[in-house]
Amino acid sequence: MKRENDVLDKIKELASDVYKKIIAMKKPELSAPLRSLSNVTYDPKIGYFELNNQFKTRSMSVSTVKTFAQTLKILGLSKNLVETDDIATKREAYYVSKNWGDVRFLEQAESDTIMDDVEAMFMTNREQLGFIPEEKGGDVSGNLIVIDKDPTTGKEVRIDCTKMGTGAYSVPSSVEHLEFETDAKFILAIETAGMYQRLVKHAYWKKANCILISLGGVPTRACRRFIRRLSDEKKLPVYCFVDGDCYGYLNIYRTLKVGSGNAAHINKYFCVPNAQFLGVTPQDIIDYKLPTHPLKDVDIKRIEDGLKNDPFVKYHPEWQKALKQMLAMKKRAEQQALAQWGLNFVITDYLPKKLENKKTWLP
Amino acid sequence: MAAIAHELAKQQREISVAEFFEKNRHLLGFDNKRKALLTVVKEAVDNSLDACEEAKILPEISVELIDMQNERFKVIVEDNGPGIVKKQIPNIFAKLLYGSKFHRLRQSRGQQGIGISAAVLYSQLTTGRPTKIISKIAPEEPAQMYELHIDTKTNSPEIIKEGIVEWKKEHGTRIEMDIEGSYQKGFQSVDEYLKETAIVNPHVTIIYTTPKAEQMIFPRATSELPREPKEIKPHPYGVELGILIKMLRDTEARTVQSFFMNEFSRVGPGTVKEICEKAAIPPNTKAGEINMQQAERLIKAIRETKIIAPPTDCIVPIGAELLEKGLKKEIKAEFYTSITRPPSVYRGNPFVIECCIAYGGELEKEKQADVLRFANRVPLLYQQGSCAITKSILTTSWKSYGMQQSSGALPVGPLIILVHLASVWAPFTSEAKEAIAHYPEIVKEIKLALQECGRELLRYVSKKRRVFDELKKKGYIEKYLPHVGEALKELLQLSDKEKERVNSSLKEILEKSRKVEELYEVVHDDEEGKLGILGGGESEEGE
Repeated sequence: MKRENDVLDKIKELASDVYKKIIAMKKPELSAPLRSLSNVTYDPKIGYFELNNQFKTRSMSVSTVKTFAQTLKILGLSKNLVETDDIATKREAYYVSKNWGDVRFLEQAESDTIMDDVEAMFMTNREQLGFIPEEKGGDVSGNLIVIDKDPTTGKEVRIDCTKMGTGAYSVPSSVEHLEFETDAKFILAIETAGMYQRLVKHAYWKKANCILISLGGVPTRACRRFIRRLSDEKKLPVYCFVDGDCYGYLNIYRTLKVGSGNAAHINKYFCVPNAQFLGVTPQDIIDYKLPTHPLKDVDIKRIEDGLKNDPFVKYHPEWQKALKQMLAMKKRAEQQALAQWGLNFVITDYLPKKLENKKTWLP
Repeated sequence: MAAIAHELAKQQREISVAEFFEKNRHLLGFDNKRKALLTVVKEAVDNSLDACEEAKILPEISVELIDMQNERFKVIVEDNGPGIVKKQIPNIFAKLLYGSKFHRLRQSRGQQGIGISAAVLYSQLTTGRPTKIISKIAPEEPAQMYELHIDTKTNSPEIIKEGIVEWKKEHGTRIEMDIEGSYQKGFQSVDEYLKETAIVNPHVTIIYTTPKAEQMIFPRATSELPREPKEIKPHPYGVELGILIKMLRDTEARTVQSFFMNEFSRVGPGTVKEICEKAAIPPNTKAGEINMQQAERLIKAIRETKIIAPPTDCIVPIGAELLEKGLKKEIKAEFYTSITRPPSVYRGNPFVIECCIAYGGELEKEKQADVLRFANRVPLLYQQGSCAITKSILTTSWKSYGMQQSSGALPVGPLIILVHLASVWAPFTSEAKEAIAHYPEIVKEIKLALQECGRELLRYVSKKRRVFDELKKKGYIEKYLPHVGEALKELLQLSDKEKERVNSSLKEILEKSRKVEELYEVVHDDEEGKLGILGGGESEEGE
């Protein structure tokens, strides 16, 4: 997935399309797939949310003439970046617009929306267009050597993730060029930084021979792509260890595994279809007698919505059962609630037991 | 016991009307100094206008207030009316409840003949100074001058000075009185009262000199006098027991039958027969012999008898066109609409409601609408809250007419709502004549008038909004369109000529489609285009 020159062709194609329409006295149009859960299908053989055929087409009108001009301007910026092999963060792109006069962006949210639109129009990811996100990916430690390039000299750099001390290797915003060496048996993706710290501190990766990755909430695209590439190239299974709540299930895990509706046009690359759910499951809450919090109204609504509209949940009866179980007990538990049985209970008991018995997992 | 009764009898005596009002001055609008100044001016001006119109003279009235320091003012009101004959002057100005208006049913400003003499009394009570009157009835007649007090015990005029003076006017009356008062501008001020008077009396010219010696002239907008109101007899539905008994006692008619036919409107032989049958009183019973019980039966019978509504030609509305003209000359707005409703009847009294709405222009935008209330061409400045006009405005849904309104409040916007009630007998909530009573028939008519004006208002406001949107869109095209050409030029390395062609074609495309677009376009958030062109779906990602 290197930056391809066909992005340039796509940009020019679209621009000349618009140009020809105008010269022919027709309203120019822009069209992109409808980005929503209602426009995706889930097939486990493919492994991720796939876009359906619903498209959204906007023709230029008086009220959209400004955003239309902005879209073309962003395309121009992208063309420039690709041609000069440069990059701009989303924030930088927003600042570049400041010398566009009347069509400059007033808020970064406006430029972000237009970048998302362009991404969807071309069915590509924004990195291909020369735009990179502000945020970086997750933290990594364990039995892994990442082979990167020195940004100034282009020389190979080997990063040994066993030698990070109590710190961590952090996933860069673009991961396409990385290569890996590892003999670990699996990747453990962890939701919270707190739990990750505990496992690093006690060198759990050594004990279990694995790679630890902290997701930090819903994983960034770079982090998802990193896990995906690592998993694909080294044939490593990916185990997810998140909070026992609807956010952990339906936002973090579901997005990591099969992607999202909003960014469905890039799910193909930015998801990890072979991820598996280790915990915390609703049954774990009962089995390990975890301290809980009551579900809020929004949680209940989110779960009900998931049961009704999420193609992933609708496909897996196990998940439906688990979500209904949570609805019935009206409780949720955090990963760190395991500390109830001692700070290192998670290392000495929970993880080993769970790894032993995959029947307690969810798909 | 008898001793006590005798003792009490010593204290029991007739209370003179003047004494009564001395103690209850608030009933007549003299509650405080500010209001007193307004009431004095108002009584004098109302009298002048009534007199001029009755004599078919185009009124030209001058009002002058002179600040005498220490909260004293000299009020001078002069008119070009018919003047008053010499022997009537003391009674009119210095005898309470003396006048020509109470005993007849005819649309006029004053009703009871209490106003101006109360003002004279107030002047006397607060400053001790007599009121000076000059009046002249014809160019060849001398001008008569009086200085008057009221004897409050006997309610009769006390002449301090009288004589003949030089006066250049051909005819007219001038009144000068010193009173205690306080002068402020704005809401409920003399200035406001005169301005509103000028609005609903477009045939009147008023020259006003304020205590600060500023002169304001409210010129007339028409030289046409209002049609003379016809005097009518009361309608049976409007009489109450006490009035009926008094009328029976005073009538010259011999029998009950002739009494009803002579003293009331809309009563013919058939109606009398029906009333008398229902009251079980023979029609040829002598009118003077009807006792209390029989009178009560008559009242009851009247209520149960169907009687034609009173004639309505006795009402003289201002007229929608003139009302609008009047408002236009004093209020600078951008849109006016007005209506005169057909006559209607409450309790046997015919009345007409008129409404005029002014919108936009120099009117303030972010405040509650101004309400201008009038009864028989007199502005009502006090007790807005308890008036039927206010109630009707509050219970009208102004949101349907393009205005903002929170529930139970006046509409908000650059708006003036004027409502005028014309009637032979305007029902006020009190003697101070400040608020119109809540008769359902009156409220209903006011609301109908407001709704009709409201619909016109909505039509205007919507049209304005459309024009505004149109201009905004035009601005959009001119502002943003060149950037499309610029961007395409960069993307496709176009020449300047090609770029110009893009811009001119695009302009044509967009302008052509604007009409169609208006029909389909959904209201969108126009805050500088927060809306992305294509927009995303749900935001479930933490990115």
